[in-house]
Amino acid sequence: MYARILGFAAIAACLAVPVFAAVALGDAAGSYTISPASSSIRFSIGKAGGGGLDGAFGRFKGSIRIDNSNVGRSRVNLTIFPESVGTGQSRVDAFLRSDAVFDSANNPEIRFRSTSVKRTGDTTALVTGRLTARGKTFPEKFTAELGGLKAGTIRFHVTGKVMRSRYGMDVGTPIYSNVVNFDMTLTGKRG
Amino acid sequence: MPISITNSTTRYGWAAIVLHWLIAALFIGQFVLGFVMMRVSSQRTAFELIQLHKSLGFLLLGLVILRIAWRLGNAVPALPRSVGPLERRMAPPVHFALYAFQFALPLSGWALVSVSMLEIPSVPFNLFVMPDLPLAESDTAESFWAAAHWYLAYTGIGLVALHFAAALRHHFWLKDAVLTRMITPSDHSSE
Repeated sequence: MYARILGFAAIAACLAVPVFAAVALGDAAGSYTISPASSSIRFSIGKAGGGGLDGAFGRFKGSIRIDNSNVGRSRVNLTIFPESVGTGQSRVDAFLRSDAVFDSANNPEIRFRSTSVKRTGDTTALVTGRLTARGKTFPEKFTAELGGLKAGTIRFHVTGKVMRSRYGMDVGTPIYSNVVNFDMTLTGKRG
Repeated sequence: MPISITNSTTRYGWAAIVLHWLIAALFIGQFVLGFVMMRVSSQRTAFELIQLHKSLGFLLLGLVILRIAWRLGNAVPALPRSVGPLERRMAPPVHFALYAFQFALPLSGWALVSVSMLEIPSVPFNLFVMPDLPLAESDTAESFWAAAHWYLAYTGIGLVALHFAAALRHHFWLKDAVLTRMITPSDHSSE
């Protein structure tokens, strides 16, 4: 029993370490442009009684710069166009775009600008930055995990929680949670 | 002068009177709120008014169930001698219709939110999650219950207006105690 668990652990370690430790960060260094076609920005808001409201942003742009000598000086910029929000329910989308939530007519962009990147593991980093939405800016943290790197394409899985009330988007609380769970796959192309 | 909680054979007790006026106020208030919430331009205000309408609707439904139980378990005061034969024959079905509408109206609202594809939870007064009725969600079902709720509301408010006009007729024209006995509780000691 224990031998089997140890065996699994050993295999897992062999698989995990060389793949990412090897690509880490010497090879990864450089500037990347986020490719919306192969990226996704999904969010989920829990609701009273279980379940949640799930959605995604269809349009966004951004860049990732990984510093070779000092990971801490790496940069992530991301701009989301909230007009492109989609939940599968057109009435919900219209509500989210309206001045009840994003007010996308007057605030067409949600911006994230990283201020620091801290490595937390072989393939993980904590990205801190300033998030601006509806004219309000607050520091936010996201966890980034390197998902792959090949032929000038880098992929990160990024997760984080944002308190929407701070950005003037508290409508619907407490029926809908104040916490927005972000789940993003960001694919960057070198150059 | 001791006033009674229960009805006598000639007068209403205070429980019936309080339930009558509380439900009357809620019923008319809900009609006005329903009218306004469908017409406000702010999506945020609309959302909040709709949640309030749902909260008050559940309160109304609870009070109506209590009132019907109270009515079934209590003496029904006899109609005064001034009431003519036609009205005497019409009073029971008209009162039955009034009870049927005050019960069916909040129930149809509950059905409406239960079948809506928007799946917005019902959390009366932000106190607890009210489960949905076991009805299948679809846009067709939502349209059906929205229409049912609308027709019941307008027919119901019409019945309330007739009921109110009849009460005024009794008071000012026939000069009987039909209106006043719904204001002053019964006093068993004077019988």
